[in-house]
Amino acid sequence: MITGKRFAAGFCALFAALSMGLSPTSAFADDEPDRTEGPVPKVELLLDASGSMRARDIDGKSRMAAAKQAFNEVLDATPEDVELGIRTLGANYRGDDRKTGCKDTEQLYPVGPLDRRDAKTAVATLAPTGWTPIGPALLKAADDLKGGEGSRRIVLISDGEDTCQPLDPCEVARDIAARGIHLTIDTLGLVPNTKMRAQLSCIAEATGGTYTSIRHTEELTDRVGQLVDRAADPVVTPVAVEGAASCAAAPQLKPGLYTDRTGFGEHRWYRVDVEPGQELRASVSVAADRAVNNDYGVLMRAVTRHGREIVRGSEAGDGRTDAISTGLRYPKPEQDDDDAGTEAVCLQVSHSYAPAAGTPAAAKGKPGLPVELAVDVVGAPDDASDVAAFGLGRGWWLLGALVLTGFVGGLLWGWVARWRVTVWRTS
Amino acid sequence: MRTTHLLRTRLWATVGLAGLAALLTAAPALAASTDDDTPRTDAGTSFRTATEIEQGHRATASASTGDYLYWSFPADAGQRPTVKATVKLPESAAHRPGTRWRVDVYDGLRRRQSCMYGMQSRPADAATVDLACTLRPVRAWSDTWSNDPLPGTYYIRLTATGLRTADLGAPVTAEVEANSKDIGGAAAVDGTLAKPLVPGASVDSDDPDDAADSGTRAALSTAEPEDGWASGWWTDRWIWTGAGGVLAALAGIGGYALTRGNGRAPSGA
Repeated sequence: MITGKRFAAGFCALFAALSMGLSPTSAFADDEPDRTEGPVPKVELLLDASGSMRARDIDGKSRMAAAKQAFNEVLDATPEDVELGIRTLGANYRGDDRKTGCKDTEQLYPVGPLDRRDAKTAVATLAPTGWTPIGPALLKAADDLKGGEGSRRIVLISDGEDTCQPLDPCEVARDIAARGIHLTIDTLGLVPNTKMRAQLSCIAEATGGTYTSIRHTEELTDRVGQLVDRAADPVVTPVAVEGAASCAAAPQLKPGLYTDRTGFGEHRWYRVDVEPGQELRASVSVAADRAVNNDYGVLMRAVTRHGREIVRGSEAGDGRTDAISTGLRYPKPEQDDDDAGTEAVCLQVSHSYAPAAGTPAAAKGKPGLPVELAVDVVGAPDDASDVAAFGLGRGWWLLGALVLTGFVGGLLWGWVARWRVTVWRTS
Repeated sequence: MRTTHLLRTRLWATVGLAGLAALLTAAPALAASTDDDTPRTDAGTSFRTATEIEQGHRATASASTGDYLYWSFPADAGQRPTVKATVKLPESAAHRPGTRWRVDVYDGLRRRQSCMYGMQSRPADAATVDLACTLRPVRAWSDTWSNDPLPGTYYIRLTATGLRTADLGAPVTAEVEANSKDIGGAAAVDGTLAKPLVPGASVDSDDPDDAADSGTRAALSTAEPEDGWASGWWTDRWIWTGAGGVLAALAGIGGYALTRGNGRAPSGA
């Protein structure tokens, strides 16, 4: 009986220890968000000042008046750390000559630290005048935003489609995005028609931006303000890299975020060094920056130098999408022999987008589709030795089985003890 | 004297079981969150720019039809996250044939995660569209070739599909919320990840001293649950197994006692 009591007491002590010491604790001490001073974000507002801006159909005011009011409110609310500029298109030339009209774009307020009064004065001078050269204006705006490492954003506000064909503004936008300068173009259409919607949303789609239709001044103010605020949010800017066509020639990547371009039917190879006891984590998104067929997919494979596939990530989808993404992880186990060195793992990225029928020839070739590749190398995980955590059990069946075995064990123990006492007594 | 001993033994056992019961009820409470930040009112437009939210907090965003809205939240092992999204459509954007709103959930490796339950996609035929997606329980470890949810960042993507050009750009408001059910030991598997699947984990850890500096440097994801990530060894299986051991011991004592009768040696032997 004394033995029994000790057992019980022992278990009680064990449970006390369990309840005090073994509460869930954090293994990752990173409490503070990990941030330091970053590059300055730049925004350029690109305003259409073509003759059609005179139309009085936004809350009973002219489109230009609505835009001016919105600009004034946005200028007041612009975050301090954003460098903001304003460019107009079609503000000066009144004539009919298309060639001159299509060059008519002017920087109204240069991109830089914002002086609210100067900027507002500049906005006040605007008058609706000429053509709508969206393509050339986008090119100039991209030049205005040159320099620095921060994120760049063009907010294009227009009330009509581009009048300067054959330079397709959509192609222009795609080319600008392919320069790898982290530039996003958001477009806003004032009282849009279908053709204009198609063009502006195509421009936005080509750079990963957004398109919004505007019918009220308030909508315009809110949206432009939101986009400027978005530019102020610190984001990680990816590093441009060019993947090779084979594993042997693949560029070596360190942990980080990368962008690349890959054409239709192309494969891209990258290389990451993984040491024993480390885990490689890679994720990739391939964006659809133009009209593509309804069904598509992406495949990423981790391959050894000798061409053996280690692990793959794949995904397929259908319908409207911005990107398709997948990822993989490859833990390289610790090895006992010392000469087991760093392993070069090749990553192969391919996608099965296809240009939609009726796509202009330019959209089928260069630049390819934007690829975003995130690479991490962290410590390798513990291997599982059992399905359940630490091989522990759970549930009523377990309790029943344990009770039954305990009981049977007790009985046997008792009988053996009795038998031994009887034997001892009889001898 | 022996009767007293027996009584004491029972007393100890009862105390032990009571303590165990208290532990069982206390365990889920440890995962509950208390912090109350201001709700987020914006959404990102890509994985890279996803707005970080916390579980149990409602985030809103005004957007346009056609936008791809991204949020991210942390989920830890033993949780079964449910993402709920509500889209409020203006008259101009509602009742559009062919348009469907859908919510997709991706893990920290940008792998799409399947939903166990929930209307992941609905046609835009009313003023509000309610979407939901319940993920499979998050496990502490899985094979590399499996797609099981692992602890780390989860991305929510909300968008409209089947849009015609004429439907693009209409103003909408979206609300999302992520909540988790505590699955407990039922999903407790062996093994742990060295680090949760938080994008950029290896880049950030390079300079931990910079962490305290200021709040402007960008990180891919700073997601972390309220109480930090679980270290991976706690599971209520310890309690079940421990309790099983105690009960087995008691049953053993019982069985032993049965064979001894009332505890006295047979008289007249």
